[in-house]
Amino acid sequence: MSDSYLDVMSRKSDIMKEALKLDYDQYELEGIAFDYEKMMQDSGYSLDDVRKIQMENSVGNTPLIELTRLSAYARKFSAEGYGARIFLKDEAANISGSFKARRAAMSIHQAKKLGYKGVAAATSGNYGAAVAALAARAGLKCIIVQECYDSGGIGQPEIIEKARACEAYGAEVIQLSVGPELFYEFLKILEETKYFNASLYSPYGIMGIETLGYEIASEMMNREHKYPDMVICTNAGGGNLTGTARGLIKAGAKQTTIVAASVDLSGLHMASDHDFNQKSFTTGHTGFGIPFSTFPDRSDVPRSAARPMRYMDQYVLVNQGSVFFITETLALLEGLERGPAGNISLAAAFSLAQTMKKDQIIVVQESEYTGAGKHMKAQVSFAFDRGIKIMLGDPLNEKPGKNIIFPSSGALLKHKDLPLDQLRVSYIKHFIDQPLSDHDISFLAEELNTTSTRILELKEGIDESKK
Amino acid sequence: MIEKNTLVQIYKVVLPYKNRATNLPSDTRDVPFEMRVKGKLLKSANLGDMVEITTASHRIESGVLIAEKPYYRHSFGHHIQVLENIKEIILKETEELL
Repeated sequence: MSDSYLDVMSRKSDIMKEALKLDYDQYELEGIAFDYEKMMQDSGYSLDDVRKIQMENSVGNTPLIELTRLSAYARKFSAEGYGARIFLKDEAANISGSFKARRAAMSIHQAKKLGYKGVAAATSGNYGAAVAALAARAGLKCIIVQECYDSGGIGQPEIIEKARACEAYGAEVIQLSVGPELFYEFLKILEETKYFNASLYSPYGIMGIETLGYEIASEMMNREHKYPDMVICTNAGGGNLTGTARGLIKAGAKQTTIVAASVDLSGLHMASDHDFNQKSFTTGHTGFGIPFSTFPDRSDVPRSAARPMRYMDQYVLVNQGSVFFITETLALLEGLERGPAGNISLAAAFSLAQTMKKDQIIVVQESEYTGAGKHMKAQVSFAFDRGIKIMLGDPLNEKPGKNIIFPSSGALLKHKDLPLDQLRVSYIKHFIDQPLSDHDISFLAEELNTTSTRILELKEGIDESKK
Repeated sequence: MIEKNTLVQIYKVVLPYKNRATNLPSDTRDVPFEMRVKGKLLKSANLGDMVEITTASHRIESGVLIAEKPYYRHSFGHHIQVLENIKEIILKETEELL
C-alpha cells in the first residue's frame, strides 16, 4: 500500500466510507439513478433537530433586513411600477461569519455523535473557518486542506485570510498549490488521522442549510403575510441553493422562484496555475457553479447531497466589477460592510428587481464577513498588482483575467441569463454514450427539474448534433 | 540557528510534476504539487534544512524549513482610484433618495 497518487486514489471509496460511516451503496438504484430523498431522510435528523442543534451553537436565526435605500436605487432604473423590494438575510451574523456555520454545525454534531476525535475538510473558503470554529466548540481536532498558492508561492489574499481564521480557532491548515490533487492530499490526511470527513456535500452538509430557507419563509410570512416571490442564492458547489430551496419548500413556500447567481469567470481555467491568481473571486463563480450543477457527483463523496438543478428556476451571471460595485453600495446606502463573495446574489438582485413589480419581494439569502484579504479593496489591489486593468465602463464587456470593469452608473449593473436547457444538455452529455432506460430518463427528469419528454427532446438534440 | 519548539513554516513537494494527475492544463502539469504547513520545530535547525514539525493537530510533518515565526501579512490593499470613483457615483446617483 503506497502513497502514490494512483494507489491512494484507488483506496478512495474505502477511505471515504471510514471517514463518514455512511454506506452510499444502499441508495443506488438500477441504472444511473439513486434514491436521493431516502439518503437525505436516513440521516436521522428532522428540521426541528437541526434547528435545535444550530441554536445550541449560536448558529442561525440571523437578521432579515430590508434594504430600502438599495432597493430605491435599483427602482431609479426601473420602469414605472417596477423595482421589487430587496431583503438581505445577514448570514455574516453567524458564528465564524457566514452561512457555512449552518453546514458545519451538522457535520461536527455527527462527528461527535459517532465518536471521532477530529474532523477534516477540503475547502479554501468560509466553510473552513466554520468547521474550525464549530470543532473548537465541540473539543474536536480539526484539519483544513486548502488550495492557496500558485507555483510562484503567491497566495490568494482571501484564502490566506481563511487560513488565519482557521488557525485562530486552533485548526491545522494544510496549504497546497493549484490542482485537483488537493483531493489526494485530503484522502491521505483522512487515512492517516482517521478523522471525520466534514464534507460540504454529505447529507449533513446540506440539511444544515435547510434552516436558512425555513427561516426566510417563516419570517417573511410573519412580517409581510406572504412568502418571498424570489430567493437568490450564490451558486458554487450547489449546496447553498439546494439546502435553501429544500427549507423553503418544507416551510410551505413552494411557489417562490429560486434563482442561482454566479460571478462570470468564463475563460479562466480552474486548474490552471497561471489563472489561479487572475480571478478576484475564489468561490461563487462559474468555474464551480457550472460543473457542479451539471455533474454534482464530481464532489468528494460518492453521491452529492447538493443537487441544485433539482430546485433551480433560473441561473444568472454577474461580473466581478458589478459585485464590487454592489458591495460598495451596500456599505454606503445601508451601513452594512460585508465581504464581496457574499454579495454575488445581491448584485443579481439589483438587476433582477428592475424586472419585477415594486410590491414583489426578493430575498438575497446570504452575506459574509469581511476583513483583511477578503475585503473588496484587498482583492482589487491584488488584481491590479497582477496586471489586471481596473476600469469604469460597461461591466458586460469585462474579460475575466484581463480586466475588471466597474459600472460607471448603477444603470449599467445588469445580469446575464444562463439558459437552464444549456445546463441540462451538459448534464445529459455525461450519460449520452450509454443506453438509457425509462427509469434513467425519469431520474434525469427529476434531477433536472423538467419532464421526461423534455429530457428525450434534449437527448435527441445531442444525438443529432453528433451526427 | 532556530531553536527547537519555535513556530515555523515548512515546504514540501507532495507530487513532483511527473507524478501529477493526468487531466491538468499544461502550465499546471509543468510544476510540482506543493504543500506549506506550520508547526513547532522538533529539533533546532536552520532555514533550508529538512526538518520535522508537530502541527496544530499533533501530527508530525516533514519538509524544508522556509520561515521562522511566520505571521500574517495580508491587508486591505492599497489605493485604487476607480474605487474612489464608484463611491462618488453611488453617492451622487442616490442623493435624492430618502
